[in-house]
Amino acid sequence: MSFGQRYEYPSVRTLPFTDLHLTFVTETVVVRDLHHRYGTTPALDGMSWSARAGAVTAVLGPNGAGKTTTIEMAEGLRRPDAGEIRVLGTDPWQASAQHRARVGVMLQEGGLPGGTRPSRLLRHLARMYASPVEVDPLMDRLGITAFDRTTMRRLSGGQRQRVALAAALVGRPEVLFLDEPTAGLDPHARRDVWTLVKETRDNGVTVVVTTHSFEEAERLADRVVVLARGRVVADGSVAEVAGAHGLEQSYFSLTEDVR
Amino acid sequence: MSAAAPPATRVRAQAAFETRTLLTNGEQLLVSVLLPALALVGLATASVPDLGSGRRIDLAVPGVLALAVVSTAFTGQAIATGFDRRYGLLRLLGVTPLGPRGLLAGKAVAVLSVIAVQTVLLGGLGLALGWRPHWSGLPAALLLMVLGAWAFVGIALLLAARLRSEGVLALANLIWVLLLLGGGLILPTDRLPAAVRGVVRLLPSGALGDGLRAALAGSGSVWLPLLVLLVWSLACSVVLSHVFRWTD
Repeated sequence: MSFGQRYEYPSVRTLPFTDLHLTFVTETVVVRDLHHRYGTTPALDGMSWSARAGAVTAVLGPNGAGKTTTIEMAEGLRRPDAGEIRVLGTDPWQASAQHRARVGVMLQEGGLPGGTRPSRLLRHLARMYASPVEVDPLMDRLGITAFDRTTMRRLSGGQRQRVALAAALVGRPEVLFLDEPTAGLDPHARRDVWTLVKETRDNGVTVVVTTHSFEEAERLADRVVVLARGRVVADGSVAEVAGAHGLEQSYFSLTEDVR
Repeated sequence: MSAAAPPATRVRAQAAFETRTLLTNGEQLLVSVLLPALALVGLATASVPDLGSGRRIDLAVPGVLALAVVSTAFTGQAIATGFDRRYGLLRLLGVTPLGPRGLLAGKAVAVLSVIAVQTVLLGGLGLALGWRPHWSGLPAALLLMVLGAWAFVGIALLLAARLRSEGVLALANLIWVLLLLGGGLILPTDRLPAAVRGVVRLLPSGALGDGLRAALAGSGSVWLPLLVLLVWSLACSVVLSHVFRWTD
Protein backbone atom coordinates (compact mmCIF):
# COMPACT_ATOMS: atom_id res chain seq x y z
CA MET A 1 0.00 0.00 0.00
CA SER A 2 1.37 3.38 -0.79
CA PHE A 3 -0.98 6.18 0.06
CA GLY A 4 0.71 9.37 -0.90
CA GLN A 5 4.01 7.62 -1.35
CA ARG A 6 6.48 9.62 -3.38
CA TYR A 7 6.83 8.22 -6.81
CA GLU A 8 10.25 6.97 -7.76
CA TYR A 9 10.84 7.93 -11.33
CA PRO A 10 13.91 6.11 -12.71
CA SER A 11 11.94 3.06 -13.74
CA VAL A 12 12.98 3.57 -17.34
CA ARG A 13 16.73 3.25 -17.58
CA THR A 14 18.50 4.08 -20.78
CA LEU A 15 22.05 3.35 -21.71
CA PRO A 16 23.18 6.67 -23.12
CA PHE A 17 26.32 5.54 -24.88
CA THR A 18 24.98 2.94 -27.27
CA ASP A 19 23.88 3.47 -30.84
CA LEU A 20 20.99 1.13 -30.25
CA HIS A 21 19.34 3.37 -27.66
CA LEU A 22 18.61 0.28 -25.63
CA THR A 23 15.84 0.81 -23.17
CA PHE A 24 14.98 -1.53 -20.34
CA VAL A 25 11.38 -1.01 -19.62
CA THR A 26 9.83 -2.70 -16.66
CA GLU A 27 7.02 -0.20 -16.54
CA THR A 28 5.42 0.19 -19.92
CA VAL A 29 3.42 3.28 -19.07
CA VAL A 30 4.96 5.96 -16.89
CA VAL A 31 3.01 9.07 -15.92
CA ARG A 32 5.02 11.59 -13.97
CA ASP A 33 3.89 14.79 -12.30
CA LEU A 34 1.29 15.75 -14.89
CA HIS A 35 -0.40 19.11 -14.61
CA HIS A 36 -3.19 20.25 -16.88
CA ARG A 37 -5.97 22.84 -16.96
CA TYR A 38 -9.00 23.26 -19.18
CA GLY A 39 -9.28 27.05 -19.19
CA THR A 40 -9.21 27.87 -15.50
CA THR A 41 -10.45 24.46 -14.37
CA PRO A 42 -7.64 22.29 -13.05
CA ALA A 43 -7.87 18.74 -14.41
CA LEU A 44 -4.56 17.19 -13.40
CA ASP A 45 -2.59 18.28 -10.35
CA GLY A 46 0.64 16.33 -10.07
CA MET A 47 -0.58 13.00 -11.43
CA SER A 48 2.03 10.23 -11.17
CA TRP A 49 1.59 6.49 -11.64
CA SER A 50 2.84 3.68 -13.81
CA ALA A 51 1.67 0.45 -15.40
CA ARG A 52 3.86 -2.63 -15.34
CA ALA A 53 4.66 -4.64 -18.42
CA GLY A 54 2.37 -7.63 -18.92
CA ALA A 55 -0.06 -6.68 -16.16
CA VAL A 56 -3.57 -5.25 -16.05
CA THR A 57 -3.65 -1.87 -14.28
CA ALA A 58 -7.08 -0.52 -13.38
CA VAL A 59 -7.46 3.25 -13.06
CA LEU A 60 -10.40 4.00 -10.78
CA GLY A 61 -11.84 7.34 -9.84
CA PRO A 62 -14.96 9.49 -9.74
CA ASN A 63 -16.05 11.58 -12.74
CA GLY A 64 -13.71 14.52 -13.14
CA ALA A 65 -10.81 12.82 -11.36
CA GLY A 66 -8.69 13.02 -14.51
CA LYS A 67 -8.95 9.44 -15.80
CA THR A 68 -9.87 10.15 -19.41
CA THR A 69 -7.59 13.19 -19.64
CA THR A 70 -4.61 11.14 -18.49
CA ILE A 71 -5.40 8.21 -20.74
CA GLU A 72 -5.85 10.51 -23.75
CA MET A 73 -2.42 11.96 -23.02
CA ALA A 74 -0.92 8.47 -22.87
CA GLU A 75 -2.57 7.74 -26.22
CA GLY A 76 -0.99 10.86 -27.75
CA LEU A 77 -4.34 12.59 -28.32
CA ARG A 78 -3.70 15.37 -25.85
CA ARG A 79 -0.58 17.17 -24.65
CA PRO A 80 -0.17 17.93 -20.93
CA ASP A 81 0.60 21.50 -19.83
CA ALA A 82 3.44 20.11 -17.71
CA GLY A 83 4.87 16.76 -16.69
CA GLU A 84 6.02 13.72 -18.55
CA ILE A 85 4.53 10.60 -20.07
CA ARG A 86 6.37 7.61 -21.48
CA VAL A 87 4.66 4.72 -23.21
CA LEU A 88 7.04 1.94 -24.25
CA GLY A 89 9.81 4.45 -23.54
CA THR A 90 8.40 7.01 -26.00
CA ASP A 91 6.70 10.37 -25.54
CA PRO A 92 3.30 9.67 -27.10
CA TRP A 93 2.69 13.28 -28.26
CA GLN A 94 3.33 13.39 -32.03
CA ALA A 95 5.00 9.98 -31.77
CA SER A 96 5.81 8.03 -34.92
CA ALA A 97 3.45 5.75 -36.80
CA GLN A 98 5.58 2.83 -35.61
CA HIS A 99 4.90 3.80 -32.01
CA ARG A 100 1.16 4.17 -32.59
CA ALA A 101 1.15 0.70 -34.20
CA ARG A 102 2.27 -0.76 -30.87
CA VAL A 103 -0.54 0.86 -28.89
CA GLY A 104 -4.17 -0.26 -29.03
CA VAL A 105 -6.93 2.08 -27.87
CA MET A 106 -10.57 1.51 -27.03
CA LEU A 107 -12.29 4.87 -26.84
CA GLN A 108 -15.34 5.63 -24.79
CA GLU A 109 -18.76 5.66 -26.44
CA GLY A 110 -18.79 7.68 -29.63
CA GLY A 111 -16.23 7.91 -32.36
CA LEU A 112 -17.58 5.18 -34.62
CA PRO A 113 -18.68 6.35 -38.08
CA GLY A 114 -22.48 6.13 -38.10
CA GLY A 115 -23.08 5.07 -41.68
CA THR A 116 -20.51 2.27 -41.65
CA ARG A 117 -20.92 -1.43 -40.88
CA PRO A 118 -18.59 -2.92 -38.25
CA SER A 119 -16.64 -5.22 -40.60
CA ARG A 120 -15.94 -2.40 -43.06
CA LEU A 121 -14.49 -0.24 -40.29
CA LEU A 122 -12.46 -3.08 -38.76
CA ARG A 123 -11.03 -4.17 -42.11
CA HIS A 124 -10.14 -0.56 -42.81
CA LEU A 125 -8.33 -0.17 -39.49
CA ALA A 126 -6.56 -3.52 -40.01
CA ARG A 127 -4.97 -2.16 -43.21
CA MET A 128 -3.07 0.40 -41.14
CA TYR A 129 -0.97 -2.37 -39.56
CA ALA A 130 1.74 -4.65 -40.98
CA SER A 131 0.46 -7.82 -39.32
CA PRO A 132 -3.05 -7.30 -37.97
CA VAL A 133 -5.15 -10.06 -36.45
CA GLU A 134 -7.64 -11.70 -38.79
CA VAL A 135 -10.82 -9.68 -38.65
CA ASP A 136 -13.35 -12.51 -39.08
CA PRO A 137 -12.26 -14.64 -36.08
CA LEU A 138 -11.99 -11.47 -33.97
CA MET A 139 -15.55 -10.50 -34.91
CA ASP A 140 -16.78 -14.02 -34.14
CA ARG A 141 -15.01 -13.98 -30.80
CA LEU A 142 -16.67 -10.70 -29.79
CA GLY A 143 -20.06 -11.64 -31.21
CA ILE A 144 -19.91 -8.85 -33.79
CA THR A 145 -20.61 -11.11 -36.78
CA ALA A 146 -24.20 -11.52 -35.58
CA PHE A 147 -24.96 -7.81 -36.02
CA ASP A 148 -22.57 -6.98 -38.82
CA ARG A 149 -25.38 -6.21 -41.27
CA THR A 150 -26.31 -3.17 -39.18
CA THR A 151 -24.72 0.27 -39.55
CA MET A 152 -22.99 1.72 -36.52
CA ARG A 153 -25.65 4.33 -35.75
CA ARG A 154 -28.27 1.59 -35.29
CA LEU A 155 -26.20 -0.54 -32.92
CA SER A 156 -26.97 -0.72 -29.23
CA GLY A 157 -24.48 0.74 -26.74
CA GLY A 158 -23.18 -2.70 -25.87
CA GLN A 159 -22.72 -3.65 -29.50
CA ARG A 160 -20.75 -0.47 -30.12
CA GLN A 161 -18.56 -1.26 -27.12
CA ARG A 162 -17.66 -4.57 -28.70
CA VAL A 163 -16.76 -2.94 -32.01
CA ALA A 164 -14.62 -0.39 -30.17
CA LEU A 165 -12.83 -3.21 -28.34
CA ALA A 166 -12.21 -5.04 -31.60
CA ALA A 167 -10.77 -1.80 -33.04
CA ALA A 168 -8.32 -1.68 -30.12
CA LEU A 169 -7.19 -5.28 -30.65
CA VAL A 170 -6.98 -5.43 -34.43
CA GLY A 171 -3.37 -4.17 -34.67
CA ARG A 172 -1.91 -6.74 -32.20
CA PRO A 173 -0.92 -4.03 -29.69
CA GLU A 174 1.80 -4.35 -27.07
CA VAL A 175 -0.03 -1.85 -24.86
CA LEU A 176 -3.79 -1.70 -24.66
CA PHE A 177 -5.78 1.24 -23.28
CA LEU A 178 -9.40 0.44 -22.52
CA ASP A 179 -11.70 3.27 -21.47
CA GLU A 180 -14.58 1.73 -19.50
CA PRO A 181 -14.64 -1.42 -21.63
CA THR A 182 -17.69 -3.10 -20.13
CA ALA A 183 -19.92 -0.08 -19.45
CA GLY A 184 -23.38 -0.96 -20.73
CA LEU A 185 -22.67 -4.63 -21.36
CA ASP A 186 -24.85 -7.44 -20.05
CA PRO A 187 -23.25 -9.97 -17.65
CA HIS A 188 -22.44 -12.52 -20.36
CA ALA A 189 -20.78 -9.95 -22.56
CA ARG A 190 -18.85 -8.57 -19.58
CA ARG A 191 -17.54 -12.00 -18.75
CA ASP A 192 -16.51 -12.53 -22.40
CA VAL A 193 -14.66 -9.20 -22.46
CA TRP A 194 -12.88 -9.96 -19.17
CA THR A 195 -11.79 -13.37 -20.47
CA LEU A 196 -10.49 -11.79 -23.65
CA VAL A 197 -8.62 -9.04 -21.78
CA LYS A 198 -7.00 -11.61 -19.46
CA GLU A 199 -5.97 -13.72 -22.42
CA THR A 200 -4.47 -10.65 -24.05
CA ARG A 201 -2.58 -9.89 -20.84
CA ASP A 202 -1.37 -13.50 -20.64
CA ASN A 203 0.11 -13.05 -24.12
CA GLY A 204 2.36 -10.37 -22.64
CA VAL A 205 0.32 -7.27 -23.46
CA THR A 206 0.27 -4.42 -20.94
CA VAL A 207 -3.33 -3.39 -20.27
CA VAL A 208 -4.57 -0.15 -18.72
CA VAL A 209 -8.30 -0.09 -17.94
CA THR A 210 -10.26 2.90 -16.69
CA THR A 211 -13.39 1.87 -14.89
CA HIS A 212 -16.09 2.84 -12.41
CA SER A 213 -16.69 -0.79 -11.52
CA PHE A 214 -15.10 -2.34 -8.41
CA GLU A 215 -16.11 -5.73 -9.67
CA GLU A 216 -14.24 -5.08 -12.89
CA ALA A 217 -11.16 -3.91 -11.02
CA GLU A 218 -11.28 -6.91 -8.67
CA ARG A 219 -11.84 -9.47 -11.40
CA LEU A 220 -9.44 -8.06 -13.92
CA ALA A 221 -6.72 -5.96 -12.39
CA ASP A 222 -3.29 -6.93 -11.11
CA ARG A 223 -2.81 -3.41 -9.85
CA VAL A 224 -5.13 -0.56 -9.00
CA VAL A 225 -4.56 3.20 -9.18
CA VAL A 226 -7.20 5.34 -7.49
CA LEU A 227 -7.53 8.94 -8.66
CA ALA A 228 -9.24 11.94 -7.11
CA ARG A 229 -9.00 15.64 -8.03
CA GLY A 230 -6.29 15.06 -10.60
CA ARG A 231 -3.97 13.19 -8.24
CA VAL A 232 -3.26 9.61 -7.23
CA VAL A 233 -4.72 8.80 -3.81
CA ALA A 234 -3.86 5.10 -3.77
CA ASP A 235 -1.68 2.81 -5.83
CA GLY A 236 -0.89 -0.87 -5.32
CA SER A 237 -2.09 -4.43 -5.84
CA VAL A 238 -5.84 -5.03 -5.57
CA ALA A 239 -5.34 -6.61 -2.14
CA GLU A 240 -3.24 -3.70 -0.93
CA VAL A 241 -5.66 -1.02 -2.05
CA ALA A 242 -8.69 -3.01 -0.87
CA GLY A 243 -7.20 -3.41 2.64
CA ALA A 244 -9.30 -5.08 5.29
CA HIS A 245 -12.64 -3.62 4.27
CA GLY A 246 -12.67 -4.40 0.56
CA LEU A 247 -12.10 -2.31 -2.52
CA GLU A 248 -15.50 -0.61 -2.46
CA GLN A 249 -15.15 0.64 1.14
CA SER A 250 -11.58 1.66 0.59
CA TYR A 251 -12.51 3.53 -2.60
CA PHE A 252 -15.26 5.50 -0.92
CA SER A 253 -13.10 6.53 1.98
CA LEU A 254 -10.31 7.56 -0.40
CA THR A 255 -12.53 9.65 -2.65
CA GLU A 256 -15.27 10.77 -0.25
CA ASP A 257 -13.94 14.25 0.41
CA VAL A 258 -14.02 15.17 -3.25
CA ARG A 259 -17.77 14.93 -3.57
CA MET B 1 6.59 -6.73 -32.55
CA SER B 2 3.62 -4.77 -33.82
CA ALA B 3 4.45 -2.60 -36.79
CA ALA B 4 2.66 -0.06 -38.95
CA ALA B 5 1.79 -0.79 -42.55
CA PRO B 6 3.93 1.23 -45.00
CA PRO B 7 2.75 4.86 -45.43
CA ALA B 8 1.55 4.30 -49.01
CA THR B 9 -0.59 1.34 -47.89
CA ARG B 10 -2.15 3.41 -45.11
CA VAL B 11 -2.93 6.26 -47.48
CA ARG B 12 -4.46 3.87 -50.03
CA ALA B 13 -6.63 2.34 -47.31
CA GLN B 14 -7.80 5.75 -46.07
CA ALA B 15 -8.40 6.96 -49.64
CA ALA B 16 -10.51 3.90 -50.48
CA PHE B 17 -12.52 4.26 -47.27
CA GLU B 18 -13.17 7.97 -47.75
CA THR B 19 -13.90 7.62 -51.48
CA ARG B 20 -16.63 5.10 -50.83
CA THR B 21 -18.05 7.28 -48.09
CA LEU B 22 -18.13 10.32 -50.41
CA LEU B 23 -19.48 8.55 -53.49
CA THR B 24 -22.28 6.85 -51.56
CA ASN B 25 -23.43 10.22 -50.22
CA GLY B 26 -25.85 10.87 -53.08
CA GLU B 27 -27.35 14.15 -51.86
CA GLN B 28 -23.95 15.71 -51.33
CA LEU B 29 -22.76 14.54 -54.73
CA LEU B 30 -25.84 16.05 -56.37
CA VAL B 31 -25.25 19.42 -54.72
CA SER B 32 -21.57 19.36 -55.66
CA VAL B 33 -22.54 19.05 -59.34
CA LEU B 34 -25.77 21.02 -59.34
CA LEU B 35 -24.49 24.31 -57.87
CA PRO B 36 -21.53 24.70 -60.25
CA ALA B 37 -23.80 23.60 -63.15
CA LEU B 38 -26.20 26.44 -62.30
CA ALA B 39 -23.26 28.84 -62.14
CA LEU B 40 -22.10 27.65 -65.56
CA VAL B 41 -25.51 28.05 -67.18
CA GLY B 42 -25.81 31.49 -65.60
CA LEU B 43 -22.41 32.59 -66.88
CA ALA B 44 -23.12 31.17 -70.33
CA THR B 45 -26.45 32.95 -70.77
CA ALA B 46 -25.68 36.30 -69.11
CA SER B 47 -23.18 38.86 -70.32
CA VAL B 48 -21.99 39.98 -66.89
CA PRO B 49 -19.57 39.80 -65.22
CA ASP B 50 -16.95 40.55 -67.83
CA LEU B 51 -14.62 37.54 -68.00
CA GLY B 52 -12.05 39.26 -70.25
CA SER B 53 -11.13 38.85 -73.86
CA GLY B 54 -11.83 35.57 -75.63
CA ARG B 55 -14.90 33.39 -76.05
CA ARG B 56 -16.98 33.72 -72.93
CA ILE B 57 -17.83 30.05 -72.54
CA ASP B 58 -14.17 29.08 -72.91
CA LEU B 59 -13.32 31.25 -69.91
CA ALA B 60 -16.42 30.30 -67.94
CA VAL B 61 -15.90 26.51 -67.90
CA PRO B 62 -12.38 26.54 -66.37
CA GLY B 63 -13.58 29.00 -63.73
CA VAL B 64 -16.53 26.80 -62.82
CA LEU B 65 -14.25 23.75 -62.63
CA ALA B 66 -12.00 25.71 -60.23
CA LEU B 67 -15.08 26.60 -58.16
CA ALA B 68 -16.07 22.92 -58.06
CA VAL B 69 -12.62 21.94 -56.78
CA VAL B 70 -12.80 24.53 -54.00
CA SER B 71 -16.33 23.51 -52.99
CA THR B 72 -15.46 19.83 -52.74
CA ALA B 73 -11.89 19.95 -51.46
CA PHE B 74 -12.17 22.93 -49.14
CA THR B 75 -15.71 23.74 -47.99
CA GLY B 76 -17.00 20.17 -47.97
CA GLN B 77 -13.95 18.68 -46.28
CA ALA B 78 -13.51 21.47 -43.72
CA ILE B 79 -17.08 21.12 -42.49
CA ALA B 80 -17.09 17.33 -42.56
CA THR B 81 -13.77 17.06 -40.73
CA GLY B 82 -14.77 19.71 -38.18
CA PHE B 83 -17.80 17.67 -37.21
CA ASP B 84 -15.85 14.40 -37.35
CA ARG B 85 -13.52 15.89 -34.79
CA ARG B 86 -16.37 17.09 -32.63
CA TYR B 87 -18.13 13.74 -32.62
CA GLY B 88 -14.94 11.86 -31.83
CA LEU B 89 -14.55 10.14 -35.19
CA LEU B 90 -11.08 11.60 -35.64
CA ARG B 91 -9.85 10.17 -32.33
CA LEU B 92 -10.41 6.70 -33.70
CA LEU B 93 -8.02 7.47 -36.57
CA GLY B 94 -5.67 9.51 -34.37
CA VAL B 95 -4.59 6.44 -32.41
CA THR B 96 -3.86 4.37 -35.53
CA PRO B 97 -0.61 4.64 -37.51
CA LEU B 98 -2.37 6.83 -40.16
CA GLY B 99 -1.18 10.24 -38.89
CA PRO B 100 -2.25 13.77 -39.97
CA ARG B 101 -0.43 13.63 -43.29
CA GLY B 102 -1.88 10.23 -44.06
CA LEU B 103 -5.33 11.65 -43.36
CA LEU B 104 -4.61 14.61 -45.66
CA ALA B 105 -3.35 12.38 -48.47
CA GLY B 106 -6.24 9.94 -48.09
CA LYS B 107 -8.80 12.73 -48.15
CA ALA B 108 -7.12 14.46 -51.10
CA VAL B 109 -7.25 11.26 -53.17
CA ALA B 110 -10.86 10.63 -52.14
CA VAL B 111 -11.82 14.18 -53.03
CA LEU B 112 -10.25 13.72 -56.48
CA SER B 113 -12.74 10.97 -57.23
CA VAL B 114 -15.60 13.41 -56.61
CA ILE B 115 -13.79 16.10 -58.58
CA ALA B 116 -13.45 13.62 -61.46
CA VAL B 117 -17.22 13.12 -61.47
CA GLN B 118 -17.77 16.88 -61.32
CA THR B 119 -15.27 17.52 -64.12
CA VAL B 120 -16.83 14.97 -66.48
CA LEU B 121 -20.37 16.23 -65.90
CA LEU B 122 -19.55 19.96 -65.90
CA GLY B 123 -17.18 19.52 -68.85
CA GLY B 124 -19.94 17.69 -70.72
CA LEU B 125 -22.38 20.49 -69.94
CA GLY B 126 -19.77 23.01 -71.09
CA LEU B 127 -19.27 21.19 -74.39
CA ALA B 128 -23.02 21.17 -74.89
CA LEU B 129 -23.00 24.93 -74.32
CA GLY B 130 -20.30 25.39 -76.98
CA TRP B 131 -17.08 25.12 -74.97
CA ARG B 132 -14.01 24.52 -77.17
CA PRO B 133 -11.13 23.66 -74.81
CA HIS B 134 -7.46 23.58 -75.80
CA TRP B 135 -7.13 19.82 -75.49
CA SER B 136 -3.34 20.15 -75.40
CA GLY B 137 -3.69 21.92 -72.06
CA LEU B 138 -5.53 18.99 -70.49
CA PRO B 139 -2.51 17.36 -68.75
CA ALA B 140 -1.57 20.70 -67.16
CA ALA B 141 -5.20 21.22 -66.15
CA LEU B 142 -5.35 17.83 -64.47
CA LEU B 143 -2.10 18.53 -62.62
CA LEU B 144 -3.48 21.88 -61.46
CA MET B 145 -6.62 20.18 -60.17
CA VAL B 146 -4.61 17.55 -58.26
CA LEU B 147 -2.46 20.24 -56.65
CA GLY B 148 -5.54 22.36 -56.01
CA ALA B 149 -7.28 19.45 -54.28
CA TRP B 150 -4.19 18.79 -52.15
CA ALA B 151 -3.76 22.45 -51.15
CA PHE B 152 -7.44 23.03 -50.39
CA VAL B 153 -7.88 19.80 -48.41
CA GLY B 154 -4.79 20.87 -46.46
CA ILE B 155 -6.29 24.26 -45.65
CA ALA B 156 -9.60 22.58 -44.80
CA LEU B 157 -7.90 20.26 -42.30
CA LEU B 158 -5.95 23.14 -40.74
CA LEU B 159 -9.21 24.97 -40.15
CA ALA B 160 -11.01 21.85 -38.91
CA ALA B 161 -8.16 20.95 -36.58
CA ARG B 162 -8.01 24.25 -34.75
CA LEU B 163 -11.53 25.73 -34.57
CA ARG B 164 -14.81 24.66 -33.02
CA SER B 165 -17.03 22.88 -35.52
CA GLU B 166 -19.55 25.78 -35.59
CA GLY B 167 -16.66 28.14 -36.30
CA VAL B 168 -15.46 25.89 -39.10
CA LEU B 169 -18.96 25.82 -40.59
CA ALA B 170 -19.26 29.61 -40.58
CA LEU B 171 -15.73 30.35 -41.72
CA ALA B 172 -15.61 27.71 -44.48
CA ASN B 173 -18.80 29.10 -46.02
CA LEU B 174 -17.63 32.69 -45.64
CA ILE B 175 -14.30 31.90 -47.30
CA TRP B 176 -16.14 30.10 -50.12
CA VAL B 177 -18.23 33.21 -50.82
CA LEU B 178 -15.19 35.50 -50.67
CA LEU B 179 -13.23 33.27 -53.02
CA LEU B 180 -16.21 33.07 -55.37
CA LEU B 181 -16.49 36.88 -55.51
CA GLY B 182 -12.87 37.96 -55.49
CA GLY B 183 -10.65 34.89 -55.23
CA GLY B 184 -9.87 34.59 -58.92
CA LEU B 185 -11.98 31.46 -59.40
CA ILE B 186 -14.76 32.59 -61.80
CA LEU B 187 -13.44 36.10 -62.39
CA PRO B 188 -9.87 36.13 -63.81
CA THR B 189 -7.39 37.94 -61.58
CA ASP B 190 -6.71 40.53 -64.31
CA ARG B 191 -10.37 41.60 -63.99
CA LEU B 192 -9.86 42.36 -60.29
CA PRO B 193 -8.90 45.78 -58.88
CA ALA B 194 -5.18 46.42 -59.28
CA ALA B 195 -4.72 46.72 -55.53
CA VAL B 196 -5.60 43.06 -54.86
CA ARG B 197 -4.63 41.45 -58.15
CA GLY B 198 -1.06 40.64 -57.12
CA VAL B 199 -2.13 39.07 -53.83
CA VAL B 200 -4.95 37.01 -55.31
CA ARG B 201 -2.56 35.52 -57.88
CA LEU B 202 -0.58 34.10 -54.97
CA LEU B 203 -3.67 32.58 -53.33
CA PRO B 204 -4.44 28.97 -54.18
CA SER B 205 -7.84 30.05 -55.54
CA GLY B 206 -6.36 32.64 -57.92
CA ALA B 207 -3.68 30.19 -59.00
CA LEU B 208 -6.24 27.46 -59.66
CA GLY B 209 -8.64 29.74 -61.60
CA ASP B 210 -5.97 31.47 -63.66
CA GLY B 211 -4.08 28.21 -64.15
CA LEU B 212 -7.10 26.33 -65.50
CA ARG B 213 -7.97 29.23 -67.82
CA ALA B 214 -4.36 29.33 -68.99
CA ALA B 215 -4.30 25.60 -69.63
CA LEU B 216 -7.73 25.17 -71.20
CA ALA B 217 -8.28 28.55 -72.89
CA GLY B 218 -4.67 29.36 -73.68
CA SER B 219 -4.92 32.63 -71.75
CA GLY B 220 -1.47 32.88 -70.22
CA SER B 221 1.20 30.77 -68.57
CA VAL B 222 0.48 27.81 -66.27
CA TRP B 223 3.89 27.89 -64.59
CA LEU B 224 3.26 30.52 -61.90
CA PRO B 225 -0.09 28.94 -60.93
CA LEU B 226 1.51 25.49 -60.73
CA LEU B 227 4.31 26.83 -58.55
CA VAL B 228 1.91 28.72 -56.26
CA LEU B 229 -0.27 25.64 -55.74
CA LEU B 230 2.76 23.43 -55.11
CA VAL B 231 4.06 25.81 -52.43
CA TRP B 232 0.65 25.97 -50.73
CA SER B 233 0.32 22.19 -50.81
CA LEU B 234 3.72 21.55 -49.31
CA ALA B 235 3.35 24.30 -46.72
CA CYS B 236 -0.03 22.96 -45.57
CA SER B 237 1.35 19.43 -45.27
CA VAL B 238 4.29 20.57 -43.16
CA VAL B 239 2.26 22.85 -40.88
CA LEU B 240 -0.53 20.30 -40.53
CA SER B 241 1.62 17.61 -38.96
CA HIS B 242 2.63 20.10 -36.26
CA VAL B 243 -0.69 21.66 -35.40
CA PHE B 244 -3.25 18.95 -36.14
CA ARG B 245 -5.53 17.92 -33.25
CA TRP B 246 -7.60 14.76 -33.29
CA THR B 247 -9.63 15.68 -30.20
CA ASP B 248 -12.16 18.41 -29.61
